[in-house]
Amino acid sequence: MKFKNWSYNWFNPWFVGIALGCFILAAPVILVFVSVFFPQTEIWQHLYSTVLSDYIVNSLILAFGVGVLVIVIGTVLAWCIARYEFTGRKQLQWLILLPMAMPAYIIAYTYTGLLDYAGPVQTWLRETFNWQYGDYYFPDIRSLPGAIIMLSLVLYPYVYMLARTAFSEQPASLEEVSRSLGVSPSKHLFKVVLPLARPAILMGAALAMMEAFADYGTVQYFGVSTFTTGIFRTWFGLGNGIAAAQLAAMLTSFVVLLLILEYLSRRKIRYYFQGQRAQQVSRQKLTGSKVFWVQFLCVIPVFFGFILPVLQLLSWASRTYSKQLNSEFWLLLWNSFYLAAIAAITAVSLALLFAYGKRLNPIKPIQFIVGVVSLGYAVPGTVIAIGAMISLSWLDIKLNTLTENWFDLSVGLIFSGSLFALILVYSSRFLAVAMHNIDTGLARIKPNMDDAARSLGHKPLQILRTIHVPLMKTSVLSALLLVFVDVLKELPATLILRPFNFNTLAVKAFELASDERLMDAALPALAIVSVGILPVILLTMLMDKPSPHSSQIK
Amino acid sequence: MKNIISCMFVIAALLSPLVMAEQVNLYSARKEALIKPLLDKFTQQTGIAVNLVTGNADNLITRLKSEGKYSPADLLLTTDVGRLYRAKEQGLTQQILESEAISKLPNNFRDEQGHWLGLSLRARPLMVSVDRVASQTIANLEDITKPEWKGRVCIRSSSNIYNQSMVAALIAQVGESAAQEWVNGLVKNFARPPQGGDRDQIKAVAAGLCDVAIANTYYLAGMLSSDDETTQQQAKKVKVIWPNQTDRGAHINISGVALTKNAPNKDAAVKLIDFLLSNESQLWYATTNHEYPVLADIAWSKLLQSFGTFKTEQVPLGKLGELNAAAVQMMDRAGWK
Repeated sequence: MKFKNWSYNWFNPWFVGIALGCFILAAPVILVFVSVFFPQTEIWQHLYSTVLSDYIVNSLILAFGVGVLVIVIGTVLAWCIARYEFTGRKQLQWLILLPMAMPAYIIAYTYTGLLDYAGPVQTWLRETFNWQYGDYYFPDIRSLPGAIIMLSLVLYPYVYMLARTAFSEQPASLEEVSRSLGVSPSKHLFKVVLPLARPAILMGAALAMMEAFADYGTVQYFGVSTFTTGIFRTWFGLGNGIAAAQLAAMLTSFVVLLLILEYLSRRKIRYYFQGQRAQQVSRQKLTGSKVFWVQFLCVIPVFFGFILPVLQLLSWASRTYSKQLNSEFWLLLWNSFYLAAIAAITAVSLALLFAYGKRLNPIKPIQFIVGVVSLGYAVPGTVIAIGAMISLSWLDIKLNTLTENWFDLSVGLIFSGSLFALILVYSSRFLAVAMHNIDTGLARIKPNMDDAARSLGHKPLQILRTIHVPLMKTSVLSALLLVFVDVLKELPATLILRPFNFNTLAVKAFELASDERLMDAALPALAIVSVGILPVILLTMLMDKPSPHSSQIK
Repeated sequence: MKNIISCMFVIAALLSPLVMAEQVNLYSARKEALIKPLLDKFTQQTGIAVNLVTGNADNLITRLKSEGKYSPADLLLTTDVGRLYRAKEQGLTQQILESEAISKLPNNFRDEQGHWLGLSLRARPLMVSVDRVASQTIANLEDITKPEWKGRVCIRSSSNIYNQSMVAALIAQVGESAAQEWVNGLVKNFARPPQGGDRDQIKAVAAGLCDVAIANTYYLAGMLSSDDETTQQQAKKVKVIWPNQTDRGAHINISGVALTKNAPNKDAAVKLIDFLLSNESQLWYATTNHEYPVLADIAWSKLLQSFGTFKTEQVPLGKLGELNAAAVQMMDRAGWK
């Protein structure tokens, strides 16, 4: 390999720090890829001749189905909110984000309860029209299309948020130029506005697709065979952990491909913060029936992604809450909250350091290793958790041997047996979310700002703290909130790594639901949603503030 | 960076389990709600604190294995014998010294070397529609693979351990080829692609989507004793048929416990096992979760009695774990999702 910067100082603290930090975070993912060197021919022959094609096809359909659907929903909503002024717009712009607080597996439980053959909707149909089984067609919610819809309903906010910022930050001058050149509004939309917003839209879609690839709860509940369910089946059913890790490595490769595609698509476009106030497009005021249609359009996703499932949960919880609302419940709430808060702060601090290190040292190796860590987002939580468990236990055992030899004292499992393990896994898994936000924020700050500060004698970390972080406050906060909500909903890793006598809301809801006690699971599920709403509302208030005067240059 | 790491170190040290007077550490694949009340009772009686982590059995086994000799866990509790077998195979368990309570256990509910033992019994019979299926039309598991049952059978995914153990037991008793034939025939008769859990299969029978399902009895019992009127009504439309009563018996499995190899609190652990085998605990399993007691002299709850008595499979339960992978491959080949 040849680097432009051949005289680069490899021992500068930034490089060493980032390499070390990334190595620790990436260790679980690396462990997955190491498995490739231990071929499991027999199992692979079996998988190949029976279920492998199902895994590949279903996972791809799921991810791309979700990708397309979230782009459509997210972009349309973003356009309505960013460009039109109508009654209810203020309320809608935060309502639209609410489905984010809803874990995919919980929305899947509620819709199954509602739409299943034995559920209220179909029972009502049968009783009203005196139908029997087979007399009528009713789409099966527990199917691949069902899973695509469930995931899209809760993942579209990723696209919406990014697209909305992109739309509202496009300078008014663009429209004026188009108009003065006689370009029709629709042509302006497709030739100017959408291409400019494309990187943001695709980035949101990529995040949603990564979530879809890694989803386990929903597909498992729906009985759809994908890579994630296959990994568990191979591991637990066939008892072959290495082949399972190889499947996970294959899944991760798909995601790498996806990320490369996304990177290529935005490579040509660079955005920089201009420094002067550019006039933003003013929102077009809607009147008459148009108001109704736009409102209607905006309400649909919120209704199906949030209101309806919450109503169902409320009706279940109203029957069970009296038994469940005790001190144990408040402890669960507190555990979930502080765990998510610590994880969010850790992940975002790391993301800031990595992103800024990348900016200071624009060399390929750093970009590469930071890229590897971001892959954690696509690896199913369980796989990362097992990777972390194995590496941390190894560390613990070494440490104990050491302390026993030196001090005749064993310190116990201080890494793998404590919340440290969980925080590490959350950081490793959700760093990508934080990085995406910080990267976009940082990319908008022109490099000559750094140069100016440096020439005035500021140290790099000082610049990060006093100039960059305040300038991209919105990005930092939205990174914090996104990671917070993600950790709050996170299930598999929490389940595997939590220490003794420690439970969270997600664990509780899952245990009850997997025991087929949906009604009892409703209260913890509702609590996850309510705790998750707080940051979502904060996020909207942030987005609503006049964004830092910025414009873009192609 | 340095600060962050040292900060985490301190937090981690603070949060690791504190050293207590007398305690026992439990890795449990049984859900918290289905074990905690019993553990609380144990603590009340003996003053021994019980620390609990629940989770998927295989994950807990992996955790046990990777923690090696520093693992804090004393006991591994699972809801399926296959997992106990797997833990033993990986050398993670040790012999449980025989106590009075343990000696009363029937032999097939214990490991030959005494590494694990059963705590409750779970049966997986056929469940049919009360209205549409006459009891005499169906007697054996083999019956539902016949052509007249085409499109009438509901069962959950083959990823589920109960189905894997059931097929493994079948392989152990009738041989590889007959078992494959049964699985193929079953898949041909599916009313719908496998989905949901055992309760969903029972509900599907009640709603008329299919006529026969295979499910564990405690799910039906749980529905019958539910607070929810609709659930109760659904359960009443379904009845239990004990299959193969004239030959090998109905399929059973156990929930059980294994003593870990490096159990730091072995004495307390054995006390907990004895407690879980006591009349009081066995009765609790039967009334709260509607599982059958493993001890012969414990009375069944009314609900369990209403399902009737039955003959069980006699296959050594360790076999189920041994044949698990073979069962999964068999179901893959048959296209059982």
